[in-house]
Amino acid sequence: MITAVKSRRRRFVPLVAVFGAGALLLTACGPAGGGSGAASGTFTYLGQTENTTIIGTLNALAKDQCAAEEKAAPLTADKSAGPQFDQKLQLLAGQDALSNMSMAAGTPSLMQQFIDADQVVDLSAELDKLGVADKILPAAESTIKALYGEDTLYSLPTEFNIEGFWYNKAILADNGIEAPATWDDLVEAAATLDGAGVQPFSAAGKDGWPITRLVGDYIARDLGPDALRAVADGDAKLTDPEYVKAADAVAALGEAGYFGEAIGSIDYNAAINEFLTGKSAFFYMGSWALANFNDEAQNTIGADNIGFAPFPDVEGGKGSIDQVPANVGVPVMFAQKDFGDDQAAWLKCIVSNYGDAVLNESGVVSGFALDNPPADLPETTQIVQQQIQDAPSSILWFEALFTSKGTSVSQTNGGGLASGSISGADFMKLVQAANDEG
Amino acid sequence: MERVLGDKRAILILLGPALLVYSLIMLVPIIWSLGYTVLDGNPIVGFTFNGFDNFIKFFQDPAAWSAIWFTVRFAVVMTVLQVGAGFGLSLLYVFWLKRSSSAIRTIIFFPIVLPTVAVALLFQRLFEAAPTTGPVNSFLNLLGIDSVDWFGTPAASFWILLLMGLWQSMGFYGVLLYAGLLDIPEEMLESARLDGAGGWKLIRTIVLPLSLPVLLSSLIFSINGTLKVFDSVVALTNGGPGNATTPLTVYMFQTSFTYGQYGYGSTIALMLTILCLIFTIFIFRSTRRDVTKS
Repeated sequence: MITAVKSRRRRFVPLVAVFGAGALLLTACGPAGGGSGAASGTFTYLGQTENTTIIGTLNALAKDQCAAEEKAAPLTADKSAGPQFDQKLQLLAGQDALSNMSMAAGTPSLMQQFIDADQVVDLSAELDKLGVADKILPAAESTIKALYGEDTLYSLPTEFNIEGFWYNKAILADNGIEAPATWDDLVEAAATLDGAGVQPFSAAGKDGWPITRLVGDYIARDLGPDALRAVADGDAKLTDPEYVKAADAVAALGEAGYFGEAIGSIDYNAAINEFLTGKSAFFYMGSWALANFNDEAQNTIGADNIGFAPFPDVEGGKGSIDQVPANVGVPVMFAQKDFGDDQAAWLKCIVSNYGDAVLNESGVVSGFALDNPPADLPETTQIVQQQIQDAPSSILWFEALFTSKGTSVSQTNGGGLASGSISGADFMKLVQAANDEG
Repeated sequence: MERVLGDKRAILILLGPALLVYSLIMLVPIIWSLGYTVLDGNPIVGFTFNGFDNFIKFFQDPAAWSAIWFTVRFAVVMTVLQVGAGFGLSLLYVFWLKRSSSAIRTIIFFPIVLPTVAVALLFQRLFEAAPTTGPVNSFLNLLGIDSVDWFGTPAASFWILLLMGLWQSMGFYGVLLYAGLLDIPEEMLESARLDGAGGWKLIRTIVLPLSLPVLLSSLIFSINGTLKVFDSVVALTNGGPGNATTPLTVYMFQTSFTYGQYGYGSTIALMLTILCLIFTIFIFRSTRRDVTKS
């Protein structure tokens, strides 16, 4: 009898072992607990490795203005590399494991998926409830709403940037050129500079987006600020001749060699470096680059030597030079999951204090209202603030309303426009096809 | 021993855990992925059944065809170069360097030990055109030739990818085929030599037919490895310029995880599997006859 029981037990041993091993494996496959989707009691944040401004400001707030919130729910930060950040967010969202607060998806269409799946907090309602709705600048709020095509706010503007041509004042003066007011002026200036042996533009052809921004801005100036919305709504196509004209205009600059040699190999840092060491005259970029301009170690041409020219008018176009290309950098979103009182307290504290903290500590202009603006700001930062104040309306960038695939195809082929290896028509055909796929 | 292996429970204990691990991390995801091929969507927005739409989309997608064309071109050229260079090296080891070949073997084998990302960075620097001029372009400049934007032109990127792959892997194939050549009986070579066969004739009539089984394995190894090339492309060109060097693997990855189209990504994966199968069967078929003849 005893032997029979023993042998039966022995028979179960392998089964238990097999199921045990399986269970262990399954646990290993499950979502990791640390850093993402933690329960109430901590405040988790996920940001891009490259962006140290947001986490730096959050850490500063945790020690000072948000000390009480930090005590109730300590800030726990995690980071992921920028180029793969959207992928990381997708995977986390797929497992319902987003951090309490994280940088929003870089592609607005992905952000829309989060919104549709109820994964992110409706911040308009929440800020109203917390009584801090007036802390968001209306211009920044409308930019975010336009970006996601929503009537309510789903992310916070940790930056508020304008874009345009920064130029080297000395180089322009030496060549008798004034800041261009029209596209023709810009092309003429580039020809003059090229003739004088100066590289007219520096741009990150490897990244693509600094080139496609020019295409988007040209479209907005030529066809009006709603032209890209018409493409997103299906009322127009990028392959229509009037849209192709914009890509052709940029490709013509590339064919003429105005972006310099081997533009396809120049990345973001190399492009900034070219401009800040006086190797080029114009540099199209967002105002987030002020941090580099104001850094004496990087900037050998001097901060006072940098001027700002809005993207020029296109003659006979429906747009206007005072419609500023604007964006909110990488805004931050809040996950619906685990959003409790502790997280709401953090949200209130961030909205109330972030604007002042980030401007004082990093010189970054955010989309939050200011209570104590610093007295002595660098000249370039003042230019940006003035431009934001004076702008009657803003326009979005080229890919803002595209699908994930459309954005990717546009940016991987953008460098080709600058090197003259792809025609405007071919470029628009590729991007339109990617967008059509949905 | 026979008693242990004759016992079904013992077999279960020995094989069970390994089989379970294998099933969980290999078979389940493969079947899962197969299921995705008839679905549309991703875990965030949910999945909907869409029949064979993904397959129709695949055959109508110009980007997919350009990825297939690149994949096949890369795999065929790379396999010929890899196995050809490897065979040449193995002949060098056996007939020329003989016993003193171990140092050379080690040096030529060494690159395969290096991480692909490190090798890609090395090649990026070697062929850099801007912002700094790399050694290759410096040399061209020295000869009075203008710098070439190697990674900005599709054809040049393709050849640099091949060059990098070849440099990294030919040592491995050299050693693999060397082991095969060592199996050829010395007496047979000696008698062939006595019969007057030498040099090219010896290789063609004796060495090549006798090393055919290991050559066949190398070809299958190589074609499957190169059809699935991923890391070296991502690290060296990231599929660019444009999508000129985007193989199916990178396109699959982008589709699934950048564009959030899990169903279509899985369809591309299935097509890649079929492509690998076709090539493997083709190589088997075309060489089997020769093996039986010899």
